[in-house]
Amino acid sequence: MKKLLLLMLTAVAAFAFKIAGSGYKAGDIATDFKLKNVNGKIVSMADYTSAKGFIVIFTCNHCPVAQAYEKRIMALDAKYASKGYPVIAISPNDPVAEPVDSYANMQKRAAERNYTFPYLIDETQNITRVYGAQATPTVYLLQKTANGLVVQYTGAIDNDQPEANAARTRYVENAVNALLDNKKPEVTGSKAFGCRIVWKSS
Amino acid sequence: MKLKTLIFILLLTLPLFKAIAQVRPLTYTELKKRISNPDTLYIVNFWATWCSPCVKELPNFDQLQRTYKDRPLKVLLVSMDIQSKLKTAVVPFVKSHKILASVYIASRNNDQELIDEIDKNWSGALPATLVVNAKKGVHRLYEKDFTYTELNAIYQTNK
Repeated sequence: MKKLLLLMLTAVAAFAFKIAGSGYKAGDIATDFKLKNVNGKIVSMADYTSAKGFIVIFTCNHCPVAQAYEKRIMALDAKYASKGYPVIAISPNDPVAEPVDSYANMQKRAAERNYTFPYLIDETQNITRVYGAQATPTVYLLQKTANGLVVQYTGAIDNDQPEANAARTRYVENAVNALLDNKKPEVTGSKAFGCRIVWKSS
Repeated sequence: MKLKTLIFILLLTLPLFKAIAQVRPLTYTELKKRISNPDTLYIVNFWATWCSPCVKELPNFDQLQRTYKDRPLKVLLVSMDIQSKLKTAVVPFVKSHKILASVYIASRNNDQELIDEIDKNWSGALPATLVVNAKKGVHRLYEKDFTYTELNAIYQTNK
């Protein structure tokens, strides 16, 4: 019995470790994707020939934390798309397990809120897995370089989910501003608090 | 039913109702102190009213505490709802789900700071569960759902 318990515990620990250790961190080269936008078109970062980089955000319809950040995500695109860092939003969740995140509901939300950026569905969840997002919303700030798309920041949008503190640390804005200034971001990572990704049941 | 019996039952259940309604704010410093008794195994579950996998597994944590209520096991349920939702979301939830384990709401400057304080390896996704046994040097964070059987195994291994 003790052996069995030990085995179970080891399996549990291995699972936890796998999650904690995976995914992109600052300095990694990010892979491009081909994902379906809410307008039916396939979007790839290679399509953006004049962009300097991308604010890739794994977000979704159903999560209250993602909803709390929705306006801030829209503001990021309004502020930085013209400066060469557009937002690309990706919904990572399995619509079977979370119907609020279905493609049709994504189309509805993007239209209702007038999203100015693509809202892509990661149907296979492969991009989410490779990037290593664990929760919505999670940001990956990518910079185009000769070596590829370099990850410059991963994590939360800011450290003030309830928008209660005007002096909040705006991680993503600070990082993009640094890149626009030809500097490295001072903070290259933070914890993305939010709703766990709803994975397909395997 | 005799009046005396009725009063007796009322008196017995009164603390129960009081316990159910109580959700106290808890800072990281307070939590650290709360889980420091070396003779006790602490299972601290971080959850939120809006987190569906959390809501699904909460009864298992509650059941574990009921099963071992006379043992050195303490289950703490720490809500990560935003603090302004204490009275409008967390307390009503705890009442309607008749939770008996100790429920707190995380009192924090911001999510990122608390998440790093709890465990550097915590991604920030919910649910997350911290298992602590000071005497055995156990301090481990799990990012997974727990069935009752799995929680029982955690208890048996770390008690």
